[in-house]
Amino acid sequence: MAGHLALAAHYLAQHLKARLAYRADLWAGLVSDLASQAASLVFILVVFEHVPALKGWSRDELIFIYGYFLVPFSIFNATSANLWNFAERYVVRGELDRVLTRPLNSLFQVLLETVEVESLLGGLGGVALMAWAGRRLALDVSWADLPLLLALTVGSVLVYNGIFVALASVAFWTDSRSGLIPLVWNLHVYGRYPVEIYDRWLRFLLTWVLPISFTAFYPATYLLDRAAWRSYALATPAVGLAVFALGLLAWNAGLRRYRGAGW
Amino acid sequence: MLHPAYVELARSRFLTLLAYRENFWTGIAVYIVYIGAYHFLWQAIYEGREALGGLTPAQMTSYLAVAWMARAFYFNHLDREIAAEIRDGRVAIELIRPYNYLAAKLAAALGEGVFRLVFFALPGMAVACALFPVRLPPAQVWPAFFLALFLSYWVNALVNVLTGLAAFFLLDNSGLMHARRVLVDLFSGLYLPLSFYPAWAREVLGFLPFQAIAYLPNLAFAGGLRGGALARALAVQALWIGVLALAAAALWRVAHRRLAVQGG
Repeated sequence: MAGHLALAAHYLAQHLKARLAYRADLWAGLVSDLASQAASLVFILVVFEHVPALKGWSRDELIFIYGYFLVPFSIFNATSANLWNFAERYVVRGELDRVLTRPLNSLFQVLLETVEVESLLGGLGGVALMAWAGRRLALDVSWADLPLLLALTVGSVLVYNGIFVALASVAFWTDSRSGLIPLVWNLHVYGRYPVEIYDRWLRFLLTWVLPISFTAFYPATYLLDRAAWRSYALATPAVGLAVFALGLLAWNAGLRRYRGAGW
Repeated sequence: MLHPAYVELARSRFLTLLAYRENFWTGIAVYIVYIGAYHFLWQAIYEGREALGGLTPAQMTSYLAVAWMARAFYFNHLDREIAAEIRDGRVAIELIRPYNYLAAKLAAALGEGVFRLVFFALPGMAVACALFPVRLPPAQVWPAFFLALFLSYWVNALVNVLTGLAAFFLLDNSGLMHARRVLVDLFSGLYLPLSFYPAWAREVLGFLPFQAIAYLPNLAFAGGLRGGALARALAVQALWIGVLALAAAALWRVAHRRLAVQGG
């Protein structure tokens, strides 16, 4: 475990160095991240010029939830590039052969072989938004909350990763492009709004089937001090672990089927 | 202007994409996901209010559905294609071909647009109508709506051409192209009808071409534009096509002169 962590730091340092060699790309990535964050903010700001609240949630609360959403979302996006092209790069072209010869967890390698550093930096925008909205809401945040906040964030990242590792593992059974990954990825927009706005079926789906609501709304409510959602918020790390365990199961089952691309 | 070569370029792009038509079901599903998200969000925002920004809740859902499906038609990667050809020098080959480069690009992209209209936007709209309470406009609005939609393709394509040509002048225009995509989605009224913006912002947006890409045709579809207002909207679109086409031609001429192709 400690070895994996040290290696992760090395991977990150390498990616950062490679990125800094092409600064224009880094800037381009940052600009596009910031532009889309700004667009989402403009949406919230403009809508709340017309209404005082959204199902009882104020403007600043929604901005806070959006800020929280950005942190696990950016971490996941930064490390998920290889899940998107897993079928193509690792199964069809057989790069997984190379990965499997190394004495290191294969999923760990696949996730970290491509890291989009600029996306990680975009996550800082989320922290800034949480700080800004939290101050306006006069949220009572103490240092003791930080470990829990960290656990919630890790839980949210695990939810994303678990879902997408499972979807990427489908490639072990079929190498045809199903298009399922972009489809599910786009569901992230549902996670960052209060579940009260959805009907019963959708709420059930987003909580128990594809637990997208645990990537933003539920955990963010913890600091917003909404008693109604407290138990959901606190369940985030457990849900993350459960989803990730399912993803790992699919991954390991797939690995056992993998026969390599050569003859 | 409408040389058969350009028609052929549009046709061949259409036929190329025909081989990949199965890939478009995910595109439809993704757009339905977005329409759904914003539909629920807007219903919660209205929460019993009869109208916001001049639109009723039912009109808003129709606006959203048509906004995404119209985007499926007018959206293209013309800027990326042009920038890539400039970056790797393929543009030199294009220059010795007996056609106008930009017109050829626009024609091929229109072929793609027609393909997306037939295999993406129209079936997608049928799905949206089945899932969400979308209200279709009365028969007499359809011709004007399709005309507005056709014009919106040209406005968007010309904006893309301009950002793509920036590759001649910037070492790296990918940031500009990303920002362009987000700005167009935001300021064209894809997420948010422009009538929601505060007065000063509406004033500014009224002087920009983006409203001609989405807001005007979508509003026509949702029943927010009638008679004289509709005619005025079409005129605004036509005006922007003229202005942007002149700008693209001018930029192309300047870029052409700066072009230095490496190697022989």
